Amino acid sequence: MSDIVEKTLTALPGLFLQNQLGGGPAAAKASFSSRLGSLVRGITALTSKHEEEKLIQQELSSLKATVSAPTTTLKMMKECMVRLIYCEMLGYDASFGYIHAIKLAQQGNLLEKRVGYLAVSLFLHESHELLLLLVNTVVKDLQSTNLVEVCMALTVVSQIFPREMIPAVLPLIEDKLQHSKEIIRRKAVLALYKFHLIAPNQVQHIHIKFRKALCDRDVGVMAASLHIYLRMIKENSSGYKDLTGSFVTILKQVVGGKLPVDFNYHSVPAPWLQIQLLRILGLLGKDDQRTSELMYDVLDESLRRAELNHNVTYAILFECVHTVYSIYPKSELLEKAAKCIGKFVLSPKINLKYLGLKALTYVIQQDPTLALQHQMTIIECLDHPDPIIKRETLELLYRITNAQNVTVIVQKMLEYLHQSKEEYVIVNLVGKIAELAEKYAPDNAWFIQTMNAVFSVGGDVMHPDIPNNFLRLLAEGFDDETEDQQLRLYAVQSYLTLLDMENVFYPQRFLQVMSWVLGEYSYLLDKETPAEVIAKLYKLLMNDSVSSETKTWLIAAVTKLTPQAHSSDTVERLIHEFTISLDTCMRQHAFELKHLHENVELMKSLLPVDRSCEDLAVDASLSFLDGFVAEGLSQGAAPYKPHHQRQEEKLSQEKVLNFEPYGLSFSSSGFTGRQSPAGISLGSDISGNSAETGLKETNSLKLEGIKKLWGKEGYLPKKESKTGNESGALPIPQESIMENVDQAITKKDQSQVLTQSKEEKEKQLLASSLFVGLGSESTVNLLGKADTVSHKFRRKSKIKEAKSGETSHNMTCSSFSSLSNVAYEDDYYLNALHDRGDKELKTFSLNSELLDSESLTELPLVEKFSNCSLSTPSLFADNSMEIFHPPQSIAASVAKESSLASSFLEETTEYIHSNAMEVCNNETISVSSYKIWKDDCLLMVWSVTNKSGLELKSANLEIFPAENFKVTEQPGCCLPIMEAESTKSFQYSVQIEEPFTEGILSGFISYHMMDTHSAQLEFSVNLSLLDFIRPLKISSEDFGKLWLSFANDVKQNVKMSESQAALPSALKTLQQKLRLHIIEIIGNEGLLACQLLPSIPCLLHCRVYADVLALWFRSSCSTLPDYLLYQCQKVMEGS
Amino acid sequence: VNKQGQTRLSQYYNNLSIEEKTILEGELIRKCLSRVDYQCSFLQFREYKIIYRRYASLYLIVGVINQDVNEFAILEMIHNIIEILDKYYENVCELDIMFNIDRTHFIINEIICNGEIIDMNKTNVLKPILLMDKFSVKT
Repeated sequence: MSDIVEKTLTALPGLFLQNQLGGGPAAAKASFSSRLGSLVRGITALTSKHEEEKLIQQELSSLKATVSAPTTTLKMMKECMVRLIYCEMLGYDASFGYIHAIKLAQQGNLLEKRVGYLAVSLFLHESHELLLLLVNTVVKDLQSTNLVEVCMALTVVSQIFPREMIPAVLPLIEDKLQHSKEIIRRKAVLALYKFHLIAPNQVQHIHIKFRKALCDRDVGVMAASLHIYLRMIKENSSGYKDLTGSFVTILKQVVGGKLPVDFNYHSVPAPWLQIQLLRILGLLGKDDQRTSELMYDVLDESLRRAELNHNVTYAILFECVHTVYSIYPKSELLEKAAKCIGKFVLSPKINLKYLGLKALTYVIQQDPTLALQHQMTIIECLDHPDPIIKRETLELLYRITNAQNVTVIVQKMLEYLHQSKEEYVIVNLVGKIAELAEKYAPDNAWFIQTMNAVFSVGGDVMHPDIPNNFLRLLAEGFDDETEDQQLRLYAVQSYLTLLDMENVFYPQRFLQVMSWVLGEYSYLLDKETPAEVIAKLYKLLMNDSVSSETKTWLIAAVTKLTPQAHSSDTVERLIHEFTISLDTCMRQHAFELKHLHENVELMKSLLPVDRSCEDLAVDASLSFLDGFVAEGLSQGAAPYKPHHQRQEEKLSQEKVLNFEPYGLSFSSSGFTGRQSPAGISLGSDISGNSAETGLKETNSLKLEGIKKLWGKEGYLPKKESKTGNESGALPIPQESIMENVDQAITKKDQSQVLTQSKEEKEKQLLASSLFVGLGSESTVNLLGKADTVSHKFRRKSKIKEAKSGETSHNMTCSSFSSLSNVAYEDDYYLNALHDRGDKELKTFSLNSELLDSESLTELPLVEKFSNCSLSTPSLFADNSMEIFHPPQSIAASVAKESSLASSFLEETTEYIHSNAMEVCNNETISVSSYKIWKDDCLLMVWSVTNKSGLELKSANLEIFPAENFKVTEQPGCCLPIMEAESTKSFQYSVQIEEPFTEGILSGFISYHMMDTHSAQLEFSVNLSLLDFIRPLKISSEDFGKLWLSFANDVKQNVKMSESQAALPSALKTLQQKLRLHIIEIIGNEGLLACQLLPSIPCLLHCRVYADVLALWFRSSCSTLPDYLLYQCQKVMEGS
Repeated sequence: VNKQGQTRLSQYYNNLSIEEKTILEGELIRKCLSRVDYQCSFLQFREYKIIYRRYASLYLIVGVINQDVNEFAILEMIHNIIEILDKYYENVCELDIMFNIDRTHFIINEIICNGEIIDMNKTNVLKPILLMDKFSVKT
């Protein structure tokens, strides 16, 4: 049969041509319409995919011939189009016909035109270039007097239209809004809706017309306009509150059956319209009592009216319930809604049950008791044969999980997980299980087992955060040390059992987790010796199914275990095996191991057992990075750094400094200045910490600093002697210790260094991948760790600074060895700075005092900073280094105030700050101030130093209210007593209210001295507009959007000075001086953006002609561009 | 889609390449066909919420990407589409949809636009196509 059809089909074109010549159009039509029929029939009759493909290919080639033949009439063309549509629907490319579709739309009569339009809308997509060819046709048809043609044109516009051509048709369509026929008006509204979707800025000016459409006497037009409103309200509900009344009235009318009968569907009046309206109301009434009150009545009525038993009324009811729960609550309505949900859930109809569960899931967060009412039903649903119902139930359970029920719920989830095969489901579910397990785990065994299940099922598709978080949790542990040990021990044991099983394949991620845990915590085992563990790992290493990345993990684990195993053949075998590996990475590891293995003493010191591993693992990424940078610098190479690491580094440089017992603020500030150009030039997005984390961070921080310090001191001497001797005695350290600052060696081993650096990168990646997880999850532990990191890093960097160029110094880059380095450096540091000690300690005590207040205020900022992704305009995330003025001058000064200042500064270097400036002084006190440009406000810090030897009482600093500014005192600023010769600081955050050029902020400080007299000292500070300008990070695309939406614009040409003749350098100046964000430079044009705090954006478009820079500002604020322009001019002329 | 898993008519409101469409349809159809009567008409497939309804040998499947969708509204929309087609073709069947793929598309275009239900009024929906038919007959 299929054969016959095929033959007929191939014969047809010939037949058709004959017909065409002889038979005239009627015959042609018959032949053609039957051709679609026979094509369809032919395909239906075929049995295999292969045959279908053959048939369609034949069809397509005959179509190709026909459409390009000049003799083809439009009528034939139409038939061809229909067949092309059919073919493409079946998944065969018919792109050769696209252009003909456009032609057909251009030339055909009504029906043909319609088919042409249809084909266009089906074939092409929004950004297809051929679409431009259609614009002319559309314009012509819009002006047509034929209603149907206009209709078609509008339909196609509302389906597909090139964005850049909107202006060409917009006026025509606006006209159509006044058309006498409601169908045209409706379609015009829909076309505008389309425009709103693809280019909201271009239809902004006609919002008023939408309102008219909303009030149109025809229901269809009104309904169409609702789409636009739903959309706009979704984006910004506050702007449309005034329309609530109208929507309520409309809904009332609809519900009351005031609409024409033909809107009814199964005697329910316009159900979809109701749903749409309910949705809008839900959005409008969210968290807004006043607006919500307006709609209580109508919601009540909808609930009441929708009592018919029909699917569509359920849909309405569901929407009602949804709305009732999203708006400001009203108990009666809630009650009714709850009753409704009850009805759904209890229904025997499966679809209704589903709907009920869904509603319940939604409601449960607000009203958990409802779940209790239906708990039996929920349990039933859990065992429902339909996996979809199960899934929905699990979703519901996930929302109500707590510490008590977690075991059961997770078990249910795991059951489901084992049954499902679809990747999307697995990824989703695995994430949820892991989250619950971490949050609510009742005991260790359960936790480990659950995670094992998660890893083995989720395997390599799951989100990488999951294993990372898990490891972090293990490493950092909880508050209870013994608990932690048990957890780790349990993990080790369970992994060993898992590895013992033969012929089981675990996902690579799981193996990586295992190898890490075994490497770190095998020492907790009593029974099995490290050698046995190594043997197991070795077996895995030799397994071909293990990926090379995993092997790296494995070998690292072996390395960690080697010092604990007294002698091991396996290790030697392994070394032997892998030193000839083709994989450079593996080879590198093997060599490291080999050399370490030869020198057991060193190895032990490098890989101590009892060190908590999180320090180790994390520190590694920073410290060896540091070393790498050093080497890179010394060789003039540009060091590689992952993004977040850069960020982390930047953070760490400043954040923890003050907790440093050594208090060496000078050298470290010097360091930041020096290090920055190479290291941190472009830090930007980082995975963020949450607010919670931020807060906890500093709290734990203080404690940690101290604890750590002493802990370290305790065992440092021992280690020092070891390492110190070692490094002295060792004949130039092994390959493994590659970061030898000693240049001669590095040069000699240039080639080797190359491999090593590769290796290093790999490690860096590994370590950083660990890091990502750390950063992104908000747990108490995380923060402690972040601090440690910075501690270490800090120390190390200082060391480097202090002794730069001194004796060769082992900076191992391998993650496991770096720990001891830090220890070593600590010691070194101690020695080197011994002489400076006394003085520093004194300052330190001051610093730590300050810290209390400072840290508090800084928390949210830190957090914010780390949260800065591309979307949030962050403070100097990418150009901080250029603007950053290293406070070296301050460093030079030993004066107490300045050291204080610098310590302050360091803490806040994530934000840019000014140098300290003395604003007033007398014989007793001196006040200096600096500005810290934080990303949400300007933070003014006044530090007051008591120069006298007497105690000051009730020192108080007050700022006079200024018209332009809103000044808020930061917490922790009141000082009842000020000891002799101490320094205190006051902080105020300043917000701007109106743009201005220069402003003065003045205040006074008052104090009592020895209960005798009170004194008062006035001061003032100049603030410029620039203090409130922050970069605005947006993409070029957003820039384009914003640009169009801003009305206020200012243009001006500025002559450039010679030093900045090129655009990039000119922009750089602007970036540095004005803190504008450079979005993009295209040829001789540049796009910049900034915002005036709190959030007034301003965009700048620059173009260079010869030595003239044409500036073009646009902003939503009318005065801002002028002020900015003034600043720009000043900057450009000044430099 | 008919019971043999052959696509009869498809319309996308977001942009996928032909290959993606084919794969998606294949998987989806297999999933839908494998479902039995006592199971509900909704399912989750990749990132889509799938709502389907069966009419004799024909399945009508709608996939929605937006997660807070009202499934019942879509379910009823499917039914309304069928009713409208029924009104136009007078007792619609699979063949009507197949052989008049263009007209069926016109009708659906009137009902759904940009992935949203725009009009469910039977008279309104059918008006343009009836007008067009009238014109075509005249010429």
